[in-house]
Formats: sequence, structure tokens, C-alpha cells
Amino acid sequence: MLDCTPKEITERNSGGIINPAKTCQPIGAMYAALGIHKCLPHSHGSQGCCSYHRMHLTRHFRDPVMASTSCFTEGSSVFGGGANLKASIQNVFHIYKPDVMAIHTTCLTETIGDDVSSIIKTADVAEGKLVIHANTPSYVGSHITGFSNMTKAMVSYLAESTSPIKKEQINIIPGFVNPGDMREIKRIVKSMDIEYILFPDTSGVVDTPMTGEFQMYPEGGTTVEQLKDTGNSKVSLALGRFASSDPADLLNKKCKVPVVTLKTPIGIKATDALLMTLRTAFAHEIPKELEVERGQLVDIMTDTHFHFHGKTVAIFGDPDIVTGLTEFVLSLGMIPIHVLTGTPGGSSNSVAGSFEDDINAMLKPTGIQANVKSAGDLFTLHQWMKNQPVDLLIGNTYGKYIARAEDVPFVRVGFPILDRSVHSYLPIVGYHGAMRLVEMISNALLDRQDRDAADEDFELVM
Amino acid sequence: MEAALDIKERNPFIATKGKQKVSLRCDADSISGCVSQRACVYCGARVVLNPVTDAAHLVHGPIGCSSYTWDIRGSLSSGDDLYRNSFSTELQEHDVIFGGEPKLSRAIDEIVAKYQPKLFFVYSTCIVGVIGDDLEAVCKRSAQKHGITIIPVQSSGFIGNKSAGYRAACDALLRLITPEQPLPRKANSVNYLGDFNLAGEAWIIRNYLTEIGVSVNSVFTGDSNFDSLREATAGSLNIMQCAGSMTYLATKMQDEFQIPYLRVSFLGMEDTADSLRKIADYFGDPAMLARAEMLIARETEATSPIIAAYRGHFNGKKAAVYVGGGFKAISLIKQFREIGIEVVLIGTQTGRPDEYDTINDLVNDGTVILDDANPAELERFMTQQGADLLVGGVKERPLAYKLGIAFIDHNHDRKHPLSGYIGAVNFAKEVYSTLCSPVWNYIYDWGGENRG
Ligand code: SF4
Ligand code: SF4
Repeated sequence: MLDCTPKEITERNSGGIINPAKTCQPIGAMYAALGIHKCLPHSHGSQGCCSYHRMHLTRHFRDPVMASTSCFTEGSSVFGGGANLKASIQNVFHIYKPDVMAIHTTCLTETIGDDVSSIIKTADVAEGKLVIHANTPSYVGSHITGFSNMTKAMVSYLAESTSPIKKEQINIIPGFVNPGDMREIKRIVKSMDIEYILFPDTSGVVDTPMTGEFQMYPEGGTTVEQLKDTGNSKVSLALGRFASSDPADLLNKKCKVPVVTLKTPIGIKATDALLMTLRTAFAHEIPKELEVERGQLVDIMTDTHFHFHGKTVAIFGDPDIVTGLTEFVLSLGMIPIHVLTGTPGGSSNSVAGSFEDDINAMLKPTGIQANVKSAGDLFTLHQWMKNQPVDLLIGNTYGKYIARAEDVPFVRVGFPILDRSVHSYLPIVGYHGAMRLVEMISNALLDRQDRDAADEDFELVM
Repeated sequence: MEAALDIKERNPFIATKGKQKVSLRCDADSISGCVSQRACVYCGARVVLNPVTDAAHLVHGPIGCSSYTWDIRGSLSSGDDLYRNSFSTELQEHDVIFGGEPKLSRAIDEIVAKYQPKLFFVYSTCIVGVIGDDLEAVCKRSAQKHGITIIPVQSSGFIGNKSAGYRAACDALLRLITPEQPLPRKANSVNYLGDFNLAGEAWIIRNYLTEIGVSVNSVFTGDSNFDSLREATAGSLNIMQCAGSMTYLATKMQDEFQIPYLRVSFLGMEDTADSLRKIADYFGDPAMLARAEMLIARETEATSPIIAAYRGHFNGKKAAVYVGGGFKAISLIKQFREIGIEVVLIGTQTGRPDEYDTINDLVNDGTVILDDANPAELERFMTQQGADLLVGGVKERPLAYKLGIAFIDHNHDRKHPLSGYIGAVNFAKEVYSTLCSPVWNYIYDWGGENRG
């Protein structure tokens, strides 16, 4: 299908997108809201957006994804959506009985300028029920921004600092990762015997066990009590700058909880950094169990390093994930020559720095010359790959077109993955996650080697 | 979810056959705060137009609308595949404030330079409707500049539901046809409306029609392209599969070009045979009718034993159906009957009053009929009615599975055709593979009782 992508790279300055590498804010907000226990996400806008967002999340997680919508009609977009939203708040608590309703806006409601916070203030909300909201205009940022904004809303609406002395507990903001990753992060922290609050936490919500019953509100998710208590924690750990820094900073501003920002713990280096931070903050020893895992990972990397060494790779997807993956493939001796995210990437002048700066800083000591871009699209990535072919492509499902057009082995990592199952249950973070990545990457490369091998080179042992 | 129906406004949308005279409410706006399964105008327009294979489908709006519709239809092409790309103007805050027209024309220029398409569909999304970009004017200017056809599709999401989008798509298609003089009619030729060539279904039907001596002139819109659609007025009859999306186009073509239309269905053996006869009847050619009868006899003979074998596994099983359009729902009731399964719950997203009347005539007493159902209602009624199987779309699948109910997709996530005789076999096979899977034996109630 991508056979017609031209090889010649000409300036593109229309601002238009050909084959996006991102999607819009509300789906990120919806996903984050699912990580609150007994929460119903609510989309303030027309039915279409909500239906698309649920559909996409459903395809990725293969679990029911519930969300209500304000069901805009022409009238509401002319006169404002206040009445729709108030009716929605009433109906949602009446019919679906969540503890929390988490409203996000859409392009439409942002453009007509609905003031959601004042609508909520004047709405009739039953005792003990909560309504929170995030503004998520899709013409700004991406789904990652939306995730971050809804996580911020959890802080601004719920977090409170109730005692002058902070508790010996840590807040962990995992970013836009799968429930399998969230479970793995919890397992690591638990094994270090540290009290923690992970938020949002979609494990147990979009990877529920089969019981023969449908539960509108599964057992998982961060509870409201926990969200309130985040203001009392000793420190916040923001995993992944793009999805997690803002809510952590807001919590610091609101409740004086200092922040440590780390990379999403993909690969050995980032996982080491996570464990070191935990150890420093709580003076707890790293348990034997984790040391063994690390040792196993290094063993595997040693056993297989020659498969990877010098192989070129293209990586695309969400910025925090791509950053982690880039660091990891470098540790395997691979050469990332194209690195792209669709999410706009901050600027070099800001305190946080930019995606491109981060990647370039990692590449600099290695001397690798790479194409690095934020706010890019897959047309650009494909053009790069036409001009400088790679041995491997890593990214979300949409990479399959390029992989086919260029006949490149392809490893699916990130969001969304619409054409494979099980991925959302299994972590890519931590030492275990890194082992899994090694397996996926080496399988892709070795399968290709087998496929392409001449009869005389085809071997049993590789 | 006992309280699901606490909401009284939903009551008129739900009926039980036999209990009361049914005049179901439908075609109405959903209620604010519902978990609605419905989509929007843009969605309706996009699904109808997307199979036009050599068109650049450019979404004028923010990125999401375009991301979510990128190649999700599964409509196959025998040639071009430009339609499988995702083009968006990706409106930014600046454009929302100052207007998105300049960006739109730049985006068109760029796509023309890169891909040289003959045809553009430019879709408006909610935001464009609100900021008031003059899509019409931009498309006209760009069309003149590049000497190609650029058709604006007025599909702002909030102006209605999916049905309004179907209409917007039909309007766009009419603009493709209208500038031409009506062409001389080709004898024994049909336009095939409302088949999107999912899993190659339009090809199956074309083969049948060719065999009985009917040529397929244009298909709306499965595996179609700029040239084939522009020749539509050469067809002497329109046959229409998906009535929900195509009735408007069919009536327009009748009024403007005097091309009559027939409603057909190729879902299930019964409907397929009926439809082939109806078409042959229309042309009034005895030889054609004879060929149709031969085809029907041959295919029925080949298909019936296979269906009968599957049927044996389905004794006493009950199905729930929740699909987009009313006409598909009607076909499904008959198709389930063919394989010996009773439909005990039936609902649609956009069914019309006459379709609900037909549904009511077809189903047995006690069947629950509902419009624009939400998941809580589906769950409640599926459980109450003891359904073993659900037919639905993407969002219903995990719901069914969580309840331990078998599921088949009758939307765009299926990989095999459900039309014609081969479709009838595929349907039975799919029902078998999900209903009779050993996996259901492993579901335990909390307490350890094996339900299987
Ligand atoms: S980009 Fe805006 S209009 Fe489109 S799906 Fe996302 S929120 Fe809805
Ligand atoms: S913004 Fe409007 S057009 Fe786009 S998906 Fe949402 S409802 Fe549909």
C-alpha cells in the first residue's frame, strides 16, 4: 500500500499529516480515567469521538471499555453544552453508579468554549460522589498530552496534604503504559518493601480475569482514598517525562511532594535507575530476587549480543516509550538511525528540554548519526527508511505497512497494537520486560535470517 | 446492573414482541450521559466513501478523526490503494483561531504533488463546522488549480448521527455523477449499491450476476474508483444491499436519471436466491431467469448439506443480534433461522420504523427488540433471554466474551465474506467455531462450579 511513497525527500510545509504517528488527547484522558477505581470516563462532545476512542482502546486491550458521552447535537453546539453536561452528570450517577465521573472535553466543546469547571460547580452531584475534569483539546499535543492532563486532574481535584509530616510512601506515575507494565512496576516496588501509590493504575481494569460475569467497574484502579493520600507521600516518581512530569510537578506545587523524573524503565539502564532511586529514597535494600533477575537479563544479553551488534533499527511511537527503547537497543549494540515520535516534543529552551535533545544526547557518545524528530508522521519515517534502510523496525501496529513495503522485520511495541493479542498483559518494563524485548527482537531477526537463508546456510543451531 | 433501566427515557426504545403493540421509538437522539454505541456523521460518511480506492481521503480537522479511521474498514481493492493512507490537515490551535482554510489548500497541494490523485474527498469534522471554514470554496479553488475533482463532504459530527453521514456521502457521490450527461444505458446492467467489498463480497456478487447474464456497471462503493463511479448513469437498474446507507442515493438516481432500484440482500441462502430471482424478473428475460435458477439449484445443492451438518450442532441455541442497520438485522434473523438458531434479542443503532415493523413480524413472541442499546442493557437482556451468542461490532465483542457468550463480528473486523452461498457457509462455520469452542468449558463460576 505504501509503494507510492516517493523516495525523494522534498520539503513539506503544509502542516498536514500523512499517516499519523499519534492520535488525539481525549483517548489518553479516557485511558487514564479508567485507572481510577470505580470511575466512568465521560466524553463531553459528540458521540463519534467517544465511540472511536472506546473502539480503539477495546481493540488494543480486548476488554470492554466503558465511557459515557454528552451526545451533542446541533443545538448544543450553538447554545453551549452546559445543559447536556448537567443532564449527563445526573444520568451517569443514576444509571451507571460510578464513584467518580471523569470528564474530558473534545475538540468541539473546547472550540465552543464550554467552561466545564463552572458547569460542574453548579451541577447537582450526589453526596459521596465525585466529578473531575480535564481539558483535552485535540488540536494541541497528542494522546500522551491527554493522559497527562487527566492525571493532572486527579491531582488538582483530589490530592490533599493532611499532615505536616510526610508518610514513608512513594507516588509512582507510570505514564501511558499497558496494565502488564503497571503490574510489573508494582511488583518491583512491593518486592523492595516500599509503600506506594501508583496512579493511574489500569491493571485489573482492562486486563480483568474471565469470570462469566461482566463488571462495569472491575476490581482494579487507584482508589479515591489513595489519590487523596498522594499529597502525603514523601516523594513522587514520574516515569516518563511526557506523560508523567506535569502531574508530578503539580502535586509538588499543591502539596509539596518533591519529584524525581526518570525514564520509563525500559531496558537495563533505566530499570537500574528506578531501583537506585527507590533505594536512595527509602534506604531499603534491593532484594535478592531483583538482583537475580538482573543477572539473568545480563546473561541473556551476553548470550545473544552478537545477534544484535551493528544492526540498524528504526523506532517510532510515544515519546517516553521511544526514549526507553532507544536507550535499550543501544545497550544491545544496535544502531538506531531513525527515531520518531508523533507527539510534539517540548523545546530545547524549556526546563524539561526536548525529545530530540534527549535522543541526541544518548546518541552523541556513540557517534551515531541519526534522524530524530518529534511531531513527525509515518510518511517521514518511511521516506527516511527508503533512503537509509534498516535491519529492524520497532513501533506500534501502524508500522506494519512500512515493514511490508520495505520488507523489514518488525517488532510491535507501544500503543496501539490492534492486530495482535496478549501484548497488554506482558510487561516491557523492568528486567523481566527487557528479557521479553530481547526475545521479541532476536526472534524477529532470526526468523528473518532463517527465511532468507540459502539451503546450504540453513542451520539447526543459531 | 439491575438499575440499568432506571432511566425512564429509555423505555420507549425497548419492546418485547407479543406483550404489547410495538411502535418502538428510534431515529432519535441518544440521551446525554448514556454509554452509547453510536457513531457520528463523519463516521457514516467515511465508511461509505472510504472504499473508493483511488481517492485521497483528506480529513480536515484535528488528528484523531483521521487516526481512528485509518484503514479500519477491511474493504478490498483490485487495484489502487491510495485510500488506505490517512491524510489529515491536523488543525492546530492557531488554525482554530484564525481559520483552517489556508492549511487545507496547502495540504491539498502537497498531496497532489506527492500522489497525483484524480479525486479527493475532503471531510469536515466537528471543529470545522464550528469555526466555519468554507470547505466548498477551498475545494473549488484547488480543483481548478490542479484540474482534478475535489469533493467536499459536509460531515461535521454533531449535525446528526451516522445516518446523516450516509446522506452526506451520497451527496458527495452524486456530485461525482451529476456533471456528466446521463450516459446511454447498457442493456442488462446494474449498479450495485451498498456493498463495500468487505473481504471481497462485491466480487462474489459480481460473479453471480455475470453468470446469469447481468453486467455490473458500477459498485457503490466497494472496490470502486473515479472512472467507474462516473459511469454510473450507464447502468439500467440499481440494486441495493445496504439500505441504510444507500436509499437516499437510489432515490436520487431514480429521480434525476430515471434509474429504478430494487432492494436486495445476499446474506443467507434464502435472501440470495430471492434476490437473484428478483433481478432476473426485473429484466424479464426467460433465459436469464433459467440461468439464475440453475445457479441457485447448483449452489443450494452444494451448500445445503454443509449447512445441515452445522445445524446439527446448534440445537436449542439462542442468538442476540446488535448491529448498525435495520436491514442487516432482518437478514440475520432469516439467516439464523436457516441454521436452526432462534433470535431472542435484536437491536440496531440506526434502524428505521418500517424496519422495526418487519423485525417485529419476523421474530417469535418474547423476543426483545431495542434501539440504540447501551452495554448495560445488552448485558441485562442477553442474560435474561439466555442468549448463547451475540452478533455485533468491535465494542460488543469483549462484552460478550466476559459474559461467557460466543460472538461473531458482522461489521468490519471480519476477514471472510458473509455474502452469497460461500458467505452462508462461512457464517455457519463461524457460528460453529465460536459457539462450539472448547474454551467455554473453562469458565468457572466463583465457587468452582463448571458451567460448561
Ligand atoms: S480529534 Fe477531536 S474530533 Fe477528532 S476524534 Fe479526537 S476529539 Fe474527536
Ligand atoms: S469530532 Fe465530530 S466528526 Fe470527529 S469523530 Fe468526533 S463526532 Fe465525529
